[in-house]
Amino acid sequence: MKYTVDVLIYLKEGVLDTQGKAVSQSLHRLGFDQLDDVRVGKYIQLAINAQSAEEAKTLGEKMCSELLVNELIEDFDVKVVD
Amino acid sequence: MDYSAFGLRKKEYEIIREELKREPNESELRILGVMWSEHCSYKSTKPLLRQLPSKGDDVLQGPGENAGIIDIGDGLAVAFKVESHNHPSAVAPYQGAATGVGGIIRDILAMGAWPVACMDGLFFGNPAKDKNAGLIQGVVSGIGGYGNAVGVPTVGGKTVYDDCYEGNPLVNAMCVGLLRHKKIIRSNTAKPGHLAVLLGSRTGRDGIAGAAFASTGLEEDTKGSRPQVQIGDPFVEKLVIECCHELIDAGLIISMQDMGAAGITSSASEVAAKSHTGVIIEVDKVPLRESGMTAWEIALSESQERMLLVIDPSDFVKVAECAKKWQLECATIGKMTEDARFRLVEKGETVVDLPAKLVGDGCPEIHWPASSGTGRKGKTQHSRVRPAAWKTHLFELLRSPGLKDKSPIYEQYDHMVQINTVVPPGSPVSVLRIKQTERLIALTMESDPWACALDPFSGGAETLLKAARPLWVCGAEVLGATDCLNYPSPEDPDNYRALEESVRGLAAAATEMNCPVVSGNVSLYNESPGARIYPSPVVGLVGLLRQVNEYLPQGSWKDGDSLFLAGPLRGAMGGSMSQRLLDGSPSGAPWVFDPGQEKVFRDKALDTAHRNLANSGRVVAGGGLAVALAKEFIHSGIGASIDPQGLEDPFEVFFSEGGPRALYAVSGNKEVDFCRLWESFGCRRIGFVDGDRLHVEGNFEIELDDLLAVWKG
Amino acid sequence: MRVAVIVFPGSNCDRDVVHSLETTVGAEAERVWYESHDLPREVELVVLPGGFSYGDYLRCGAMAARTPVMDSVRRFAENGGLVLGICNGFQVLTESHLLPGAILANRSLTFLCKNCTIRVERNDTPFTALCAPNQVLQMPIAHHEGLFFLPEAQMQRLERENRIVFRYCSPEGETQDAYNPNGSMGHVAGIVNERGNVLGLMPHPERASERILGSADGAFIWNSLHSWLEEGGHR
Repeated sequence: MKYTVDVLIYLKEGVLDTQGKAVSQSLHRLGFDQLDDVRVGKYIQLAINAQSAEEAKTLGEKMCSELLVNELIEDFDVKVVD
Repeated sequence: MDYSAFGLRKKEYEIIREELKREPNESELRILGVMWSEHCSYKSTKPLLRQLPSKGDDVLQGPGENAGIIDIGDGLAVAFKVESHNHPSAVAPYQGAATGVGGIIRDILAMGAWPVACMDGLFFGNPAKDKNAGLIQGVVSGIGGYGNAVGVPTVGGKTVYDDCYEGNPLVNAMCVGLLRHKKIIRSNTAKPGHLAVLLGSRTGRDGIAGAAFASTGLEEDTKGSRPQVQIGDPFVEKLVIECCHELIDAGLIISMQDMGAAGITSSASEVAAKSHTGVIIEVDKVPLRESGMTAWEIALSESQERMLLVIDPSDFVKVAECAKKWQLECATIGKMTEDARFRLVEKGETVVDLPAKLVGDGCPEIHWPASSGTGRKGKTQHSRVRPAAWKTHLFELLRSPGLKDKSPIYEQYDHMVQINTVVPPGSPVSVLRIKQTERLIALTMESDPWACALDPFSGGAETLLKAARPLWVCGAEVLGATDCLNYPSPEDPDNYRALEESVRGLAAAATEMNCPVVSGNVSLYNESPGARIYPSPVVGLVGLLRQVNEYLPQGSWKDGDSLFLAGPLRGAMGGSMSQRLLDGSPSGAPWVFDPGQEKVFRDKALDTAHRNLANSGRVVAGGGLAVALAKEFIHSGIGASIDPQGLEDPFEVFFSEGGPRALYAVSGNKEVDFCRLWESFGCRRIGFVDGDRLHVEGNFEIELDDLLAVWKG
Repeated sequence: MRVAVIVFPGSNCDRDVVHSLETTVGAEAERVWYESHDLPREVELVVLPGGFSYGDYLRCGAMAARTPVMDSVRRFAENGGLVLGICNGFQVLTESHLLPGAILANRSLTFLCKNCTIRVERNDTPFTALCAPNQVLQMPIAHHEGLFFLPEAQMQRLERENRIVFRYCSPEGETQDAYNPNGSMGHVAGIVNERGNVLGLMPHPERASERILGSADGAFIWNSLHSWLEEGGHR
C-alpha cells in the first residue's frame, strides 16, 4: 500500500538558528510586533510502499536516522498522513 | 489563422505561407513565432550587427556559433560570449540571474571549451530604494548560487546604477572558456544518419515561449509572468560539463548545441541548417518530467541544463554509459536526414514540417524608421556648476553606488575556484593564469549608457575604448570583444536612431582598434510603462599577457614615486559622474573618438608596462583623476602630495572622465625614460607619493581611515 | 607521496588539489570516483576536496558521506592512514563522524570568498609538522556554510584535548570576532581527530600554494605531509 509520510526537521534547542533570526527581524520590520520567535526547519514528504501505517512510519524514522537528519543538531517528527 | 497571437507580423506570415506553399498549422506557427521573435532572430539588428568587424588573424571562430573563439598561442584558444537575461531577472531575480549564468556557460561548453571564468554586467535602479535593494540581492545571490556551485569563478564585471533601470534591470552574463585548437566543436559537421541525442535534465514546461517573452516590454504586474521563468540546477550543470568533456576527450561528439532559447527547436534546426541537412525529432522520445505536454511545448521548452549532442549511431552505447555514470538523462530524440527539413513527429505522425533554414534564418529583417540627426539627447552644454569643496564632492562620488567598494558583492562569488585567478575582483582588470602555458588572459567589461544617451556614436565608441584602455595600461594586448546590446523598443524612431548610431560608433572603434567582435547578443524592448532604459551596450574584452612580467598592477605606489598624468589634461565632463551629481541628469558632450590618439596611447601604455617603466598604472575612468588618486591611495596604503598649480579650470582636470588618460607612479630611476616615452603625447607631473594622507595643495587633505569609511560605507 | 583525491558528483576543487600537490611536492595524485570500492594501492594520503557535492542538497556533505568510497576511506583512517578534508571535504568528515561537530550556515547568511589569516595551534600533527608554533598562515575561504558548531560540553572537551589545529585570527595572530569570517565557535578553522590522522579545515590550502595566486602558505600543509611521510611517520 502507498503511504504518504511527512517529516518535519528542525534545529535543536541550543543550536544557533541564524536563518530564523534573520526571518524574525524581517517580519518585525514588516510590523508583526506580536511575533516572538521564528525557527526555520525542513519539510520532507516521503511516498512509501508498506504493509501498514506502522511499517511506513518505522521506515520513515529509519530514513531519518540514516540520512535525512543530523542528530547532532536536528530533531525531527515523523507522521503518516494517509 | 491568427498569426499575431503567436507573435508573428503580417509580412512574416506571408513569407511562411509562400515558403510552405500551404497554410502553416498551429504548432508550426507557434514554433516560428518563437524562432522569429526578436530575441531569437535578431531581425531588427542584423543589418546593424553586420558593421561590427569580426575577422582577424587570431579569429578561429566568428559570430554565428554558440561563442566566438580566438587563438592565444601555444595551440590554445579562448571561447567567449556575453548574453542577456534581462526580463527573467526582472520577474524572478534569483532564478533569472542564475539561469542566465547557466545558459552562457553551456554556450561556451557547446564549442568544446572548458569554462574558466564568468563576468557579469548588472544595471540597477537606486539601491537606496527597498524594492531595488531586494532585486539586487536576488540577482547577486542567483549569480553566486549558480556560478559557485558549478565551479566556474566569477572574476569581475560591471555594475551600473541609474533610475532608468528601475523596473528594467539588466543582467548580462559573460563566460570565457579554454580549449585546444584541435578540439573546437562546430555546428556544421553533422551528416545524414547521425543521431540527435538529448543529454541532461528532463524536459518540462519551463520558459515556454520565454524567447517571445524577452521580445516584449514588461507588463505592470510581473507576477502574471511567472510561469515563463526557468529554474536552474547548477549541480546538474556541473555533471553536464564533466560528462560532455569526457565525451569530447573520447572523440564521441560530432557536434553539440546548448538548449537555450527555444530549446530543442533552435538547437536542432541550427545544426541542420549549418550542416545543410535536415533533422527529424520524435517528441515521444524526449524524457519528460511533466505529463500531457504537446509536441510544440516539448519542442519549445526551455528547461535548463540540457545539451543536444550529434553523434554517430555506433557510439550511442558509449555515450549512454557516460551519461549514466554522471546520472544524466540521455536519449536519442531524432536524427539528421538527407532532406533540408525540420520535422517534429508525434506518435508516428509528422506534426511539424518546415524547411530547416526557414526556422532559424528565414525571418525577414526589419528596418525600423530612425529619426534624423545624431540621436543626441539632453542639453548639449553641461552646466558649469562647481562644488564649493572638492573634498565633499569627492566623498559624495566615492559614496555613490557606482564607485563605492563592491566587495560586499564580489565576496559572494567564488572568484578563486580552478586556481587561475591572479588578479581578483576589485581591480579594473581581472587576470587569469593558464596552467599549460606562461600566458595569462586579462578581462574587462564596460558600459557607458550616459555617453550613449548624450551622443550615441561617441558613446558607442567610448564604451569599447573604456574597456580597452585598462587592458593596455596593465600590459595586455586586446584580442577580441563580445558585446551585448541592451536597448529599449526599436519601434520608436528616436530609440532606433540611438541604437543605429551607437552600434556605428562601436563598430568604428572596433575596426580602428583592430578588435574583432566575435560573439554577442541583443536585448531590445527593455522598457516598462512610462520608463525606458538609456542605450546600454556592454562590451566584454579579452586581452593577452605573454607572461606575468608584462603585467603592470594598479594600487602599487612606492614611497617617493613621481605621479604623472599621461595623455590629455582633460577628459569630458558631459555624462560624467561629477556632472550627473551636480546637474541631476546627464548633459553635455562625452569624449569624442579619436582613433589616432587612442592608438598612440595604446602603444605607449603597452610599452610602459612591458619595459617596467612604472610601479603602478590606472586609467582615469569613473570619477576622474580625483577618484583614480583616491583608489590608488586606498589600494597602495601610502599617500601623495598633489599640486594642481598652474592648471586652468583644475576642477575639469580632476573630475572629467574618458579619453586616453592614465595615472602612473614612476620611481626616480625610471622618470627620464618614462617622460621621454610620453612627452609627445602628454605627460604632466602632478605630484609625488609620500606620507599617509592624500594632500591636494590649496584644496584638501584626506586621511586613509576617513577615505575608507566613506568608500566602504 | 601517493595521494587519492576523492571525486563526488558536484566536487569542483579536486583538480585544483591535484595540481597543487603535483606542483608543490611532486606528489602522485589520482582522482578517485565516489563509487569505487577500493582506494588505489599504497595510497598514503586521502583528500576530500572542496565543492558542492550533491549540490549541497539536504545538508552539505550529507549524501557524499554515505557513498561507497567512504567505506574505504573509513577503513584507511582506522588503520592510521592520513585523511585531509578541505571545505566540503571537512563537511563530509563531520557527516561521516570521522570528525566531531557540524558545519552550519555562515553568520552573515551569505557566501563568503575572501582571504583569511589562520593561526597554527598545533605543529605536532602530520599536517602542520613544518609550521612554527602559532605561525600565521594566509589562506582563502569560500563557503556559505562554514560555522563550526559543537554543543558546549563537547566543545570544551575538544579544547581540553587540544584538537583544534587552526583558528581564524588577525594578521598579527590574535583571535577576534572581527577576524572570524563565519562565526565559528572558538574561531575554529580546522580540527583533528583523537588519533591525529584525520584533519578537516574550511580554508583552501590548494588556493594558496603558489605566489602567483597571492599566497604560498598553503604549501606548508603539503610540505608538512610530505616531510612527515618521508620520515616514515605513521599513527
